Amino acid sequence: MNWVITENNKKINTLEIPTISIDEIKSDFEKFNFRLVGFFGKEEFENIRLFVVLCDDKVGKLYITSSLFTREVKTYESFTQKFPQFHMFEREFFEQFGIKPLNHPWLKPVRKNLDDYEFFEMKGEEVHQVAVGPIHAGVIEPGHFRFMCHGEKVYDLEIMLGYQHKGVEELIIKNKYNNRLAESICGDSVIAYNMAYSQAMEALSETTITNKAQIIRRVALEMERIAIHIGDMGAIAGDIAYQMGASIFGVTRTLVINTMLEISGSRFGRGLINVGGVNFDINQNLSNKIVEMLDEVSKTVDRTTNVMLKSSTVISRLERTGVVNSDNAGAIGAVGMAARASGIDIDSRFDLNDKWYTELNVVKPFKATGDVHSRFKLRYKEIKQSIKIVKKLLKKLEDFNNEAILIQPNSNLAENAMAVSIVEGWRGEIVHIAITGMNGELIRYKIKDPSFNNWYMLALAVRNNGVSDFPLCNKSYNLSYCGNDL
Amino acid sequence: MLDTLKLKYFQGKQYIPDIINAPMREQFRGIPIIKTGNIDEAICPTGALKSNPASIDLGKCTLCGACKSEAISFSNNYKLSATQRETLIITENLTPEDYEKMAIKARNEIRKVFSKSLKLRQVSAGGCNGCEMELNACSNCNFDMGRFGIDFVASPRHADGLVITGPITKNMAYALEDCYKSLPEPKIVILAGACAISGGVFQDSTELDRSFLEKYPIDLYIPGCPIHPLTFINGVLSFITKK
Repeated sequence: MNWVITENNKKINTLEIPTISIDEIKSDFEKFNFRLVGFFGKEEFENIRLFVVLCDDKVGKLYITSSLFTREVKTYESFTQKFPQFHMFEREFFEQFGIKPLNHPWLKPVRKNLDDYEFFEMKGEEVHQVAVGPIHAGVIEPGHFRFMCHGEKVYDLEIMLGYQHKGVEELIIKNKYNNRLAESICGDSVIAYNMAYSQAMEALSETTITNKAQIIRRVALEMERIAIHIGDMGAIAGDIAYQMGASIFGVTRTLVINTMLEISGSRFGRGLINVGGVNFDINQNLSNKIVEMLDEVSKTVDRTTNVMLKSSTVISRLERTGVVNSDNAGAIGAVGMAARASGIDIDSRFDLNDKWYTELNVVKPFKATGDVHSRFKLRYKEIKQSIKIVKKLLKKLEDFNNEAILIQPNSNLAENAMAVSIVEGWRGEIVHIAITGMNGELIRYKIKDPSFNNWYMLALAVRNNGVSDFPLCNKSYNLSYCGNDL
Repeated sequence: MLDTLKLKYFQGKQYIPDIINAPMREQFRGIPIIKTGNIDEAICPTGALKSNPASIDLGKCTLCGACKSEAISFSNNYKLSATQRETLIITENLTPEDYEKMAIKARNEIRKVFSKSLKLRQVSAGGCNGCEMELNACSNCNFDMGRFGIDFVASPRHADGLVITGPITKNMAYALEDCYKSLPEPKIVILAGACAISGGVFQDSTELDRSFLEKYPIDLYIPGCPIHPLTFINGVLSFITKK
């Protein structure tokens, strides 16, 4: 067998991962038709080992294999020519390990800042460039965008990131059980990142946390989704100058994050999750408060969305703006909420057989058209869905009243082991892969944010739109800079 | 139209009328209180906690609450800001009220120039989007910072001050300095969040370039991870109005 088959949050022995050739990986990938979730290197003495992790969304299994590049081998024929979803992964692998994918159509840095970075250029009369960033007009993270325009129309957008690069992957292996760093990697997905990190560590240390802690984590994860989606709906309203929407969604989000503060002492849930469980309990009183708050939120969101979408001026800005069809989204390997809005039915909460979600019998939305309107509408539906999930989870929490919330995790990690942990944050799947060495020390930590796949989707979305619609398209995705730059 | 009016009616008044004395939920971890007792330095993820003599450096502290013990507790006082870096170090038996009184030193020239209007340009230099979201929240309908004349503006040329979030990455160092130079005089610099003040959880990263902070004077430190909107607004407000 060329691949090790495993599941989410399961420990596997790295010595059992086969070493096969790049061509075999390529032909298997074509045969399987799975989705790529991990493609990264690791130094092994003087050689580089390339790990490839695929996800079979239909049955929720992960396929892992590796390939070895000896010291003298510095090139291979790129995957991207045939499978565009490898595009960013190969660029990253090249940047980190210097092994060149030959005939890669777009071999540029991912996080390195180059003075002589070559932008894609278009020539001709009336063609002009619009360059924005790294510092943008609002209070947001840095990134550089360059538009090739013909009049108002955008032909191409090139996104250059890396300004936020903090060396997180190197930093996180320095200390054991570094939850505070894990939750600071991407400050708008605190719960999702911390959960992915904790699950990976728990898998490697063979710690089984209590049911109660499992549920509280998922309640927090859904509340994070609700809060950010509401905030983003407000931001979309703001970008089309629908001020009332911006104001109301803004204050409604406050209700959710202030309740989060009551749970964990932080509006974004910092300090809530630790390896071994959670630090704060949700008692009956708090649980009732959450349900009450969610009812209120649900009412306001319903009312505001209905009024907003009745307005023809709103609809004319949202509909058919920033369209990415499902073929393109599938080809570039889009994930998460953005992919679902383009009609691709993936959601790792349900696909990867997380029993806490699958036994809830929640109906997945959605008929999607891939435009801003569809992303707006999907956020609305996901808010409603998450509210239902939180309520069901809180009810289930009562069954485990007597359990502890935090247990002491085993202090040693397994030797020569690897664990893949995938958590569906509000943007999409957050993948954390941890590998330990001979003495159970962490030797490699790989993080993949959904934005890593989806930034290119934004570039596709703005093609043939007016340049003034860019902020709107951007907000409808609200991708992460720091999650991409690490 | 009727629906819109109805919607507005249902919303009622959402703003916090008195920002300076706004109540805070008791679960919030604000100014820490240190009493005599055993302190385990190793428990702190950022090295903010020191024993012998016992102290917590708010510039490094992420207010995660890991050090909570008999000796250390957290008040819900959100007025964490200070004008001097040394003031941020909380020592044994310092009460939150005392800290609040001494943390922000009044400066006449600041009050004279900025007390009625302060336009700020924010630069995220490696921030995680946590402080950025909270800074955005400062301008929402709840906190409504604009009523005090404090606003975020798009161009550094329109700004009176620079707000820095994030630990300042190598890749942002140039853009940050460039932005600072574009601000007209007189100008102030505000560091928002543990990352900006000390590097926070990223302080050991090799990808940072914090030389900016050695070159230019810093006027206000606003601790937090991320900063709470009330911490930010109250910090800035007392900085520009304190007599």
